[in-house]
Amino acid sequence: MKSADMRQPVSGRSGWSRQRHPYLMAALVFVVLCVVNAALQQTFLRYEVAISNVAAFLPMALLAVGQTYVILAADIDLSTGAIVSVVNVAVVTIIESMGGTGASMALGLAAGLLLGITCGAINGFCVAVLRLQPIVTTFGTGIVFAGFALWILPQAGRQVPPVIYLTYAGTVLGVPSVIWILAGAIAFAAFVGRTRFYKALRATGGNIQAAYQTGLPVARVRMGAFVISGFFAALAGLALVGETASGDPLIGGALTLPSITAVVLGGTALSGCVGGVAGSILGAFILGLISNVIFFAQLPFEWQGLVQGLIILLALAGGVVMARGKQG
Amino acid sequence: MEKPSLETLKTFIKRPLSIAVIAILVLLVGGELLSPGFASPRQIVALLTIAALLGVVAAGQNLVILGGREGIDLSVGGVISFGAFLAGNLMQQSDANIIHAVVLVLGATFLIGMVTGLGVTFLRIPPLVMTLGMLGVVQGGLVLLTRGVPSGRAAPLLGKIVSDPVILGLPGIVYIWILVGITLSWVLRRTTFGLNVYAIGTNETAAELAGVPVRRTRVMVFALSGFFSGLTGILLLGYTEYVFIGAGDQYMLPSIIAVVIGGTSLAGGSGGYVGTMAGAVVLILLQNILTTLNIPPFGRQIIFGVTLLGLMLLYGRQRRLRG
Repeated sequence: MKSADMRQPVSGRSGWSRQRHPYLMAALVFVVLCVVNAALQQTFLRYEVAISNVAAFLPMALLAVGQTYVILAADIDLSTGAIVSVVNVAVVTIIESMGGTGASMALGLAAGLLLGITCGAINGFCVAVLRLQPIVTTFGTGIVFAGFALWILPQAGRQVPPVIYLTYAGTVLGVPSVIWILAGAIAFAAFVGRTRFYKALRATGGNIQAAYQTGLPVARVRMGAFVISGFFAALAGLALVGETASGDPLIGGALTLPSITAVVLGGTALSGCVGGVAGSILGAFILGLISNVIFFAQLPFEWQGLVQGLIILLALAGGVVMARGKQG
Repeated sequence: MEKPSLETLKTFIKRPLSIAVIAILVLLVGGELLSPGFASPRQIVALLTIAALLGVVAAGQNLVILGGREGIDLSVGGVISFGAFLAGNLMQQSDANIIHAVVLVLGATFLIGMVTGLGVTFLRIPPLVMTLGMLGVVQGGLVLLTRGVPSGRAAPLLGKIVSDPVILGLPGIVYIWILVGITLSWVLRRTTFGLNVYAIGTNETAAELAGVPVRRTRVMVFALSGFFSGLTGILLLGYTEYVFIGAGDQYMLPSIIAVVIGGTSLAGGSGGYVGTMAGAVVLILLQNILTTLNIPPFGRQIIFGVTLLGLMLLYGRQRRLRG
């Protein structure tokens, strides 16, 4: 995933360039969709509806956040959906087989996060250290992770104690849990965005050869991006435990490609370097809102897929083309 | 074909095509040892039939990948399903409709590929994104056309052409695949279009300066990918008689893997179709072996993934960065 043209961040007068505001287009589309959605659905702006929308879009947003780091380094991670699945079933299985006690829940959640990080590290090792091509490699590791998910839990089922989904759907200190999680993800991104790691990550995505020659630890940086992606995939898996209160070995499979769409909708370039996490969260929300709008527009069922596909294609094309126009 | 005579044994073995061929032999012998009868002629015919379906999709995928600029076609699965659906509905089990059904399906899928190619070429949308978007549109369109209910059946003659033994006990689909292989290899090596594909895949700017019609060539590789997906849809219909909506999905990522295992670089500009054909056979062989082994599905899946990574390790490694 390396393009010939190097898009080095340019500092200059044009403050509205894509480098400064890669997610401007996403923000515009997001606002338009919110307006359309509010027009179609009277309750859209009500607090509970807004929170339930955030809850519904959260797993995709978390996946997209993790994927962003990988894509900024000009790699790609096709295994995220499989990581979601394996974390989801592992957590549910651990908690249930240990009797659903408080300790089991703590252990289950910790094990889930650790599992996601491990999967990410395996991806990173294969891509950055063994220098295997990322698309095919992460597809391969994804098959393996999905296989382990089926091994742990061959069929959807099992249950977690009510406290988990009640907490997930409820509030902590008066603020809905899903908002805490989203805020946590944003805080994490804000923190990482200030580190030298992040600078090195973007440099690697912009021109890996130059980054290497400058003495940046390119392999470690790419590996770090995959580990973050695995961690966020694990978070998404945990969010789905909270939402569905049970395990499903196939739950993540269909999430991978849409999460990449979300990242691109958010203005992050697949060629690396350009973009950011905020756009990806917007992108995930855009995907969710498009589904909402189509549902509330009361289109006949058979038209929904086509209209959704066309809107997404137009948004993708529009984003890419407008960004280029601004670049000049 | 290059001349192996001048090369040492080591470089010969390191070549992707050699690895694929060695992998085929190892898998065949291994399969025969694990379950006697695995390498029997009947099994091999069955294997080639399945490999032919994958191989024909991979032909289009191969062209797109060779054309470079991060070329990849994620829409093949949707286009295959679309082609199969359209063919089934145009044929309506009547042999008289075969020719116009085939022409219409190949024309329609060629046009779908062309739209993808126009988006990639003129709007400069990255292929991964453009084809992913087109996949959504084609799948949505398919739901609209079918209203969620599969319909349409193959003409009996199509089923015969695809599945019945023609010469040497091999079914027609294998000969169609060989024909695709010979034609594509010839096109890639001996025609201006083929050389242009390599040129734009290696260095687009240089190709442009050398007078290669870069845009036309790029639109064409995507259009041909649509065409080959449509052809696969027709063959799939002939093979299974009727198809469900998601029938083509299973070919999306394997078609890319077959190309990569066959030695075509995802960076574009190097590789060829003969290797891809071997890659398709390797993939199907591997799947068959895992099916005959008496292990649960999850075990098969894990072994398949690990083997894939192992194959990548053999020759999929990228250049070491130099200071």
